[in-house]
Amino acid sequence: MLGTQRKERIDGLAESGGDTTAGVSLAASAWRRLRRSPTFLVGAGIICAFVLLALVSPILAQHDPALRLLEEQVSRADNRIPAPQPGFPLGGDQYGRPLLSRVLLGSQQTLLVALLATVIGLGGGLTLGILAGAFGGWVDTLVMRVVDVMLSVPSLLLAVSIGALFQQQSQFTVIIAVATVQIPIFGRLLRGTMLAQRASDHVLAARALGVRQRSIVFRHMLPNALGPVIVQATLMLAVAIIDAAALSFLGLGAADTSTPEWGQMLGSAQNFFDTHPHLAFWPAGCIIVVALGFTLVGESMRDALDPKKRR
Amino acid sequence: MALLEVRDLSVRFVRKSEPTVSAVDGVSFDVHPGSTVGLVGESGCGKSVTSLAIMGLLPGRGTEVSGSVNLEGSELLRLSQREFDRRRGKDLGMVFQDPLTSLNPVVPIGLQVSEVIERHRGLSRRDASREAARLLDRVGIPDPDRRLKEYSHQLSGGMRQRALIAMALACEPRLLIADEPTTALDVTIQAQILTLLKELVAETGTALIMITHDLGVVAGMCDEVNVLYAGRIVERAQRHELFSRPRHPYTAGLMASVPRLDSPRGQRLAPIEGSVADNIPWEGGCAFSPRCGNALAVCGERAPELETIEQGRLLRCHNPIGAAELERAHD
Repeated sequence: MLGTQRKERIDGLAESGGDTTAGVSLAASAWRRLRRSPTFLVGAGIICAFVLLALVSPILAQHDPALRLLEEQVSRADNRIPAPQPGFPLGGDQYGRPLLSRVLLGSQQTLLVALLATVIGLGGGLTLGILAGAFGGWVDTLVMRVVDVMLSVPSLLLAVSIGALFQQQSQFTVIIAVATVQIPIFGRLLRGTMLAQRASDHVLAARALGVRQRSIVFRHMLPNALGPVIVQATLMLAVAIIDAAALSFLGLGAADTSTPEWGQMLGSAQNFFDTHPHLAFWPAGCIIVVALGFTLVGESMRDALDPKKRR
Repeated sequence: MALLEVRDLSVRFVRKSEPTVSAVDGVSFDVHPGSTVGLVGESGCGKSVTSLAIMGLLPGRGTEVSGSVNLEGSELLRLSQREFDRRRGKDLGMVFQDPLTSLNPVVPIGLQVSEVIERHRGLSRRDASREAARLLDRVGIPDPDRRLKEYSHQLSGGMRQRALIAMALACEPRLLIADEPTTALDVTIQAQILTLLKELVAETGTALIMITHDLGVVAGMCDEVNVLYAGRIVERAQRHELFSRPRHPYTAGLMASVPRLDSPRGQRLAPIEGSVADNIPWEGGCAFSPRCGNALAVCGERAPELETIEQGRLLRCHNPIGAAELERAHD
């Protein structure tokens, strides 16, 4: 009994032997914890799988997703949709287009839209957050009131409104709509972490050395304030995928359906949901799984970067 | 002529819905070139706020600073933030209490040191980096070229404080303010850091304001000592005068609460009971009187003035230690 206890203690010591508390940076210790976290590994696995899928889907897809190859098997009158058959493992959609190829190539659009929307949202949010957090005073008040107004509208409603503003719906309007919804979220988060940095000892010490304002903001405050924002960006990728899919589902996506996209596939599948649920199953399943992947990675990064859970 | 003249410096924190707090209340002192002046007192007596006011680092909103801080003939309190940015680090520097949190965790040490040199001495990045290595070497950091590339978490506490001292003295300022520079360090390291500060100050002719609650530090470093209580100077004296003949009961109390090698074994320390009251204690009586063993009736009625009792010696007390003895001697 005593023996096992002692052994555990020694093992514990050996394990912590590498980190002499002060000798390991937050990033390094976070990475070490991430590598052992099953949540992170599963999430990262999912994301890698889908990114890989998006990259190689043009090779994997055997048919052009825009061609109505099985059109003769479609029958509006008796609600017939091409069933799985040799060469078409998932059959066709309601227009006779190859479903498997559409699902595969849909990954490209979906991931691209989510990534671009989050990058734009992050860029806008960073700009607002830096402005508010660095200058404070009336700039802060002004920026934050605008952000509050944007946050007071439910995000999907805001995205739908913005998407509807455009004359011509396209993938581009989806990106802009989803990005706009993200801007206030990133802005508010960064502003908070920037303000915390402004009150920190090392910023005070830098000011005591007469370091230039520009350097204070971009070298001493921003890099230290970015951690939570990066975590949030990972989580927002999941939200962006779902929001983009929702917009496409509601018909605010690309009017041209020859380029497949999961949300829009899901939207057009809703008329056949009672008779042919598999039309909705594949795009919906992919959306759920890839969004789950980003969420798992985001959550595990948040846990790993949480200083309270350090060591 | 004094290098730094602080006259009637007052700092008040004004808040809506809460009473105004007077942190520093009419503090005046001089710092002569190359000398070391101590500001001593317990937590909350206004030491740090005084130093931040001199450095112009107090937050603008909700803070009222009045009086005058004159460095080599120029009035610091009237400088704009931009003008102040150009003076800080160059003409006056500061070393803070906690070296761990005072360094930027995501920027290598070398860059933090050379940034200051580039900024104020106009050297190229290359030269600044070489100068940074020389400075780290001077403050006793071994293998400076390697350390330049390291981050603050890779340095020990003592090395971090050495690096911060190197940064503060990089441009050889005329005045250095050290705000409890050894409080966060091990005792063995404390002595090394103090010795280093002493050496550097002597070498560069920098005047030093030493802010501390540690009388041991004062005894080892300071030429002149100001004892602060509740935002006012209560006693000022040359170091030897102060330690051999403390006159203010608070000064005496601080000394009695420090362990001494020559006190009898097993003797208990004599702490000063109570703590500094938050707000404004000098209205209607001496702020220290509730904790003072020498308090008279008059102490609770009107606040004593700061008076010159002998050459270079100021005292703010109605009933100083040794007063009774002096009177007896007169009779």
